[in-house]
Amino acid sequence: MILLFVVLFPLAAALAILLGAPARKTALWSTGLTLGATLLLYFAFEAGQGGYQMVTSFPVSRDWNINFTLGLDGLSLMMLLLTALVTFAAVWFTGEIAEHRNAFYACLLFIGAGAMGAFASLDLFFFYAFHELALIPTFLLIGIWGTGNRQLAAWKITIYLATGSFILLLGLIMLYRAVPEAARSFDFRVLQKSAALIPASAQGNIFLILLLGFGILVSLFPFHTWAPEAYASAPAPAAMLHAGVLKKFGLYGLLRLALPLLPAGAQQYNMLLIYLLLGNLIYVGLVTIAQKRLDWMLGYSSVMHMGYIFLGIASGTLLGTSGAAVLIFAHGISIALLFALAGEIRQRTGTLVLEDLGGLGKLMPRAGLAFGLAAFASIGLPGFANFAGEVMVVFGTFRSGANPERFHIYQIATVLALWGVVISAVYMLRAYRAVFMGTIGESLGGVTDLRRSLRVPIGLLVVITLWFGFFPQSFVRLVTPTFKSYFAAKQ
Amino acid sequence: MIILAPSLEIAVLVLGVLVLLFEMFADQIDKRTFAFAAMLGLATVFAASFFLAPSPTEAAQAGFWSFYTADPLAIFFKRFALVTTIFVLAMMIDYAPVVRDSIHAASPQAGLGEFFALPIFTCVGLMWMASAIDFVMIFVSLELVTMSFYILVAFMRRNSASLEAGVKYLILSALSTGFLVYGITWIFGVTGETNLARVSAALVNPAIETGPALFGMLLVLVALGFKIAAVPFQIWVPDVYQGAPTPVTAYLSVGSKAAGFVVLLRVLQPFLVMPQMERLLILVALGTLIYGNLAALPQTNLKRLLAYSSIAHAGYLLVGVVCLAGEAVAYYLVAYLLMTLLSFAVLVSVAKQTGENIEDFNGLAKRSPFLAFAMLIAMASLAGLPFTAGFLGKFYIFNAAVARQQTMLIVVGVITVACGFYYYFKVVRAMYWEAPAGDTPIPVSGLSRVAMVVMMAGIIFFGIYPQPVLDALRPSRDNAPLALKR
Repeated sequence: MILLFVVLFPLAAALAILLGAPARKTALWSTGLTLGATLLLYFAFEAGQGGYQMVTSFPVSRDWNINFTLGLDGLSLMMLLLTALVTFAAVWFTGEIAEHRNAFYACLLFIGAGAMGAFASLDLFFFYAFHELALIPTFLLIGIWGTGNRQLAAWKITIYLATGSFILLLGLIMLYRAVPEAARSFDFRVLQKSAALIPASAQGNIFLILLLGFGILVSLFPFHTWAPEAYASAPAPAAMLHAGVLKKFGLYGLLRLALPLLPAGAQQYNMLLIYLLLGNLIYVGLVTIAQKRLDWMLGYSSVMHMGYIFLGIASGTLLGTSGAAVLIFAHGISIALLFALAGEIRQRTGTLVLEDLGGLGKLMPRAGLAFGLAAFASIGLPGFANFAGEVMVVFGTFRSGANPERFHIYQIATVLALWGVVISAVYMLRAYRAVFMGTIGESLGGVTDLRRSLRVPIGLLVVITLWFGFFPQSFVRLVTPTFKSYFAAKQ
Repeated sequence: MIILAPSLEIAVLVLGVLVLLFEMFADQIDKRTFAFAAMLGLATVFAASFFLAPSPTEAAQAGFWSFYTADPLAIFFKRFALVTTIFVLAMMIDYAPVVRDSIHAASPQAGLGEFFALPIFTCVGLMWMASAIDFVMIFVSLELVTMSFYILVAFMRRNSASLEAGVKYLILSALSTGFLVYGITWIFGVTGETNLARVSAALVNPAIETGPALFGMLLVLVALGFKIAAVPFQIWVPDVYQGAPTPVTAYLSVGSKAAGFVVLLRVLQPFLVMPQMERLLILVALGTLIYGNLAALPQTNLKRLLAYSSIAHAGYLLVGVVCLAGEAVAYYLVAYLLMTLLSFAVLVSVAKQTGENIEDFNGLAKRSPFLAFAMLIAMASLAGLPFTAGFLGKFYIFNAAVARQQTMLIVVGVITVACGFYYYFKVVRAMYWEAPAGDTPIPVSGLSRVAMVVMMAGIIFFGIYPQPVLDALRPSRDNAPLALKR
């Protein structure tokens, strides 16, 4: 019941806002209540048990055996928490909207609701459909309220995501049809059981198509070019939601479907995935260093950090995949905070060109502190959740296929990934210095600090990432049972 | 109460004749009354279609029933034709002033009566076509549809674009009819039969030469390709669609196309087992997909854009035909009906105030949010976003293609879907991003508002819950027409 509420309530709130309910009040209340309900789910959830909990199901199409099924395991619970947190923060961070206030908030809520639905669905059909719900709101958010070259950016993200989604749809249909007719189902639970029936020869193709589809959605190198542009142009709350939550759908899909159902296919294309993710880590990392604008830099950094999560997925170890899950959460929080602060800075100074900024730390101490914490988290300093995730990924990957005689590709990839940490330290710290330190920029005279009320969302996000940085076990304990069953089935 | 299936057509025919007769003697009455009456009558027939007596089984197909069938597919498309005609009549009522202005007749209402009566006759033809299982019957009903379209397309006789469209349609359509008749004679010459079931039985006979029969089938395909606007018989579409009165365009692109597909499904059945035929159809489908989608990209006139989009959708439907997925094709057509008619309905309302170019939709979201939202739903469905009927249609089609491992069709299909997003979202962009040209709201009549709401609801309802459509196609006992249960 709570699960149903969490998925449908934001949708209802979005519709109410479209029909004329007071925008900000309704949005804040509904996202706040959703966050509360998600926390309830968190406490009601019994960790350590395998399988799905709190399953509710409604039939939709008899002929196709499509059901609207919701359910939770540790992984999806974690994604729901992330979605609820970031949506709440994004709504809170939304400042004055000059025109179409209601439409703006409704679009935000639609994206949040789409993500909620996708992560809570246990049915392939709705898993896919809910994610697509966000496509039009994203197009509108960037196109109407964006900055810079917003039209081009909106086109690019829409075409990329639409194409990626259709490739994904194809992969899902192939996955559905790969088992004999009697065993076919859209239900994750049935799929998991019947996955053993998929012939190994068919797994490779399906995995490749799924990797391509999900990869485009997560900005896997070389399909990443839409991301920085879109995030730079999008209004801050939209960038928070998209980079923080919606993009993670692809990773969630790989963890949820591709890994457990197609182990042979995953093995076959692991090399390819590792080469591509090194492109994310090293190539995009270097590109990030070269950026001259804060928003573009953050956009590229979010593409780069996807590399670590992919590395965890490719590692094929329990430790690595659990690390990937933790990192999904941690990165979602830190990037949302960074985009929110960048949006606040843009609002006050009218520019995000690094050269024009400087010395903001004196004018906006609160923003400086928050940005510093988020930047440290993003680099992966110990004490933040990102660190916990990255360490697990790195150890997990290094151990995979370890052989004292010689280095395997996994070990080489791990070493290169560690250089990625240095790269992200370089660009984050340089950006921090350029924005907050040094002499105050010429045109920045009357810049004011953050509103006091923004302490709430910032505090929330920072506390959460610190909490999970110090006590990662409170999370790992949730997600490992999910992955354990994958690896148990494999042997 | 049990009704025999042919009485539906007879009822609609009588309705059309009555409208014509009364219209002639009622000079003082507002002619739109007749359109309302016709809509009401068609709705009654639609309701009656749920109380049909079953047609005889295949073994007992003799006499009249060897020309005519009332299987679930036929009933389904009869309802389809009725619903389409009702929506088109609603659109025509809104469009009536434009027709009046372009006729310049002595009396202000001259011509309107025929404008409302002709679609009823087209509807009879479409319904008849859905039931035709004999080449002769197919030909006759096809001609009934085409004849009434000749007049409707060229209806605005002082408008050169409409006249041009009429002439183009007339000449090319007559040509394709010639192909149809010629093809039928070849098939008849080989098999000695015109009934489809007996033709396919005869074709299995090893003593019969399949070569000439295939040639005849090819000629029939040319004629049907013209009806459904498949490449390379699509040349007429953009000009005719753009020139014809908008409601007629909508009717052409939905009714005429759907009927073409029903006939195609029926006619192809005996021939699709031959590998040559399958290869040919794959080529046609590929060409249609590529041509329709690529040519739609640069369009700036919305009516023309919708014309190319209708070619593109014919491509997806053909994929379904190649994969022998009759159910998927039928569902796709329902989705196509709703989303295409909805976009044409919005176009009629907006074009009255501004124009038919995409530019004219600039800032529509500010001028009239309702129309913009309706168009947004239509475009989302045409592009194939989930929770709309258009998505499920594409889902079924692609599912069938994956099942039959038509890799080429799948790859091209995915690419063209991406193209579709671009040109459909161009309209969304105009409505939501651009600054409005004027700030006066655009008036929408109550009737079209109701029609639009119904279509929007249909798009979303069938996009989430497709079961009613699938059930209607099923001959099984528990969901057969009511009359069967007794």
